[in-house]
Amino acid sequence: MLEVQDITVRYSGLPVLREASLRVEEGQTVSVVGANGAGKSTLLKAIMGAARMSSEGRINFRGQSIKGLKTEEIVRLGLIYVPEDRKLFKPLSVEENLLLGAFVVDDEAKKHTKLEYVYDLFPRLRERRRQAAGSLSGGEQQMAAIGRGLMSNPKMLMLDEPSLGLAPLMVSEVFATVRRLQQEGLTVLLVEQNVLEALELADYAYIMQTGRLRHEGVAQELLQSDLVRKAFLSI
Amino acid sequence: METLLPELLRSLVSGLLMGMVFALVALGLTVIFGVMDIVNFAHGEFLMIGMYTTLVTAPLIGVDPTLTLPLAGVVGAALGLACYFGVVQFLLRGPMVAQLLGTFGLMLVLRNLALLFMGSEPRSVHKGWLVGQSWLVGPGVVLESTKLAAAVLSIVSFVAVWWLIRRTKTGMALTATSLDKEGARYVGISTERMNGLAWAIGGASVAIAGGLLVNFWPVDPNVGLLFTMIAFATVALGGFGSIRGAFLAGILIGLIVSLPTVWDAFIRYAGLGDLSIHSFKYTFVYIIYFLIMVIRPQGLFGWKQ
Repeated sequence: MLEVQDITVRYSGLPVLREASLRVEEGQTVSVVGANGAGKSTLLKAIMGAARMSSEGRINFRGQSIKGLKTEEIVRLGLIYVPEDRKLFKPLSVEENLLLGAFVVDDEAKKHTKLEYVYDLFPRLRERRRQAAGSLSGGEQQMAAIGRGLMSNPKMLMLDEPSLGLAPLMVSEVFATVRRLQQEGLTVLLVEQNVLEALELADYAYIMQTGRLRHEGVAQELLQSDLVRKAFLSI
Repeated sequence: METLLPELLRSLVSGLLMGMVFALVALGLTVIFGVMDIVNFAHGEFLMIGMYTTLVTAPLIGVDPTLTLPLAGVVGAALGLACYFGVVQFLLRGPMVAQLLGTFGLMLVLRNLALLFMGSEPRSVHKGWLVGQSWLVGPGVVLESTKLAAAVLSIVSFVAVWWLIRRTKTGMALTATSLDKEGARYVGISTERMNGLAWAIGGASVAIAGGLLVNFWPVDPNVGLLFTMIAFATVALGGFGSIRGAFLAGILIGLIVSLPTVWDAFIRYAGLGDLSIHSFKYTFVYIIYFLIMVIRPQGLFGWKQ
């Protein structure tokens, strides 16, 4: 579904991501794990064609090159990015945020079916639907961000550190949601610092260190490997 | 006191009407600022071009100046789009100071183009449905049709823009763009198109204001300066990006500008001679502007700081 080949991203000349290659098959959940500042968010933003970045390499989504496309064009193809800092429209209500998530959907009926689906997924959002998104707790904001991402009926979802800064209870709720989406057949690319959870969840995983995807493998095998156990899980 | 009361009424009415004109002039500025955090120094020049559009095209087509307002709106929208896609879009990549100097340059270019093509002589619209019509509506209170029409159109424009922003899908996309550009792109909104739309709305509304204004205000290539200053004060007072704020602040400024005549009447009445403040009426606007900037930088209704 998504194929990234040798992309290098530079910020004002300095490479922050080097020759990264990655594949996500349809229906798979793939995790990219690594320490803070390793370049994980940069990888996702480069895929989304975010501005002020120069990148080299190839990016294909569902057989089509998306390199050089604008972010909003990539969104229309069904690739949705839920950013680390969520980027909610804070003064607007939760429901307005969700409906904006369906901006590329023209069918009003579909939009409302999807809204019900998101409210069933996160009952808490239904309770708070009239509240300003900015007034929600961190965990609820993360739910709103994921919910907004699901509103356009994506083919693939890219989650950037969804557990960052959340209370432990919320973290497990977020991962439970990802698990449910996975079971529903959604293709997910998950970027996480929370290595253990991200590997347990994933089919396949990549480990990123200082701007490079240094290791890859079947997630369960990586989880058992000395490398991961020593470097990340301190076992 | 027999002379003071009518003077007060007259000032209130004229201040209210003029205030709505100021509000209409400021509407476009606040929409552009709200969506993309850019201060358009050439705003008054858009007004000037709207004024010339009505002045020149009415006799050319042979219709009443009032009927050329849609044309002024179209010219203003086209100008806004041209400025955004031709100039401003590129300035966004640079630092803040590039944006300031860029729209400042735009102002100079438009002003000098007007000087080149229209000459420096102030020109007025001499005949038309609205010109010279007025009604005596109270003791000494005259309602001029030009100002009344401008005030009515101001209300209509504000309602239309409010409706567009609050009640349409495009309006929601504009709001989203103004709140979080990156977030807007991640839901599939073309923020460039939204920026362009803001400039089109801004250009159209201020050019329509110009088309009305020219019925009672002579136009020359430098007319924009005064109105840019007033529009800045209005937007600052109402709060950058606030539409309701721009409307109320416009009226407030209209009153601030018209009330000194009441004071002057009082001075004459009391025989105090030389304490007339009428000639300083715009100074009061700038003093208020300054005070607002110091005391409450987000304005009365602002949400952007």
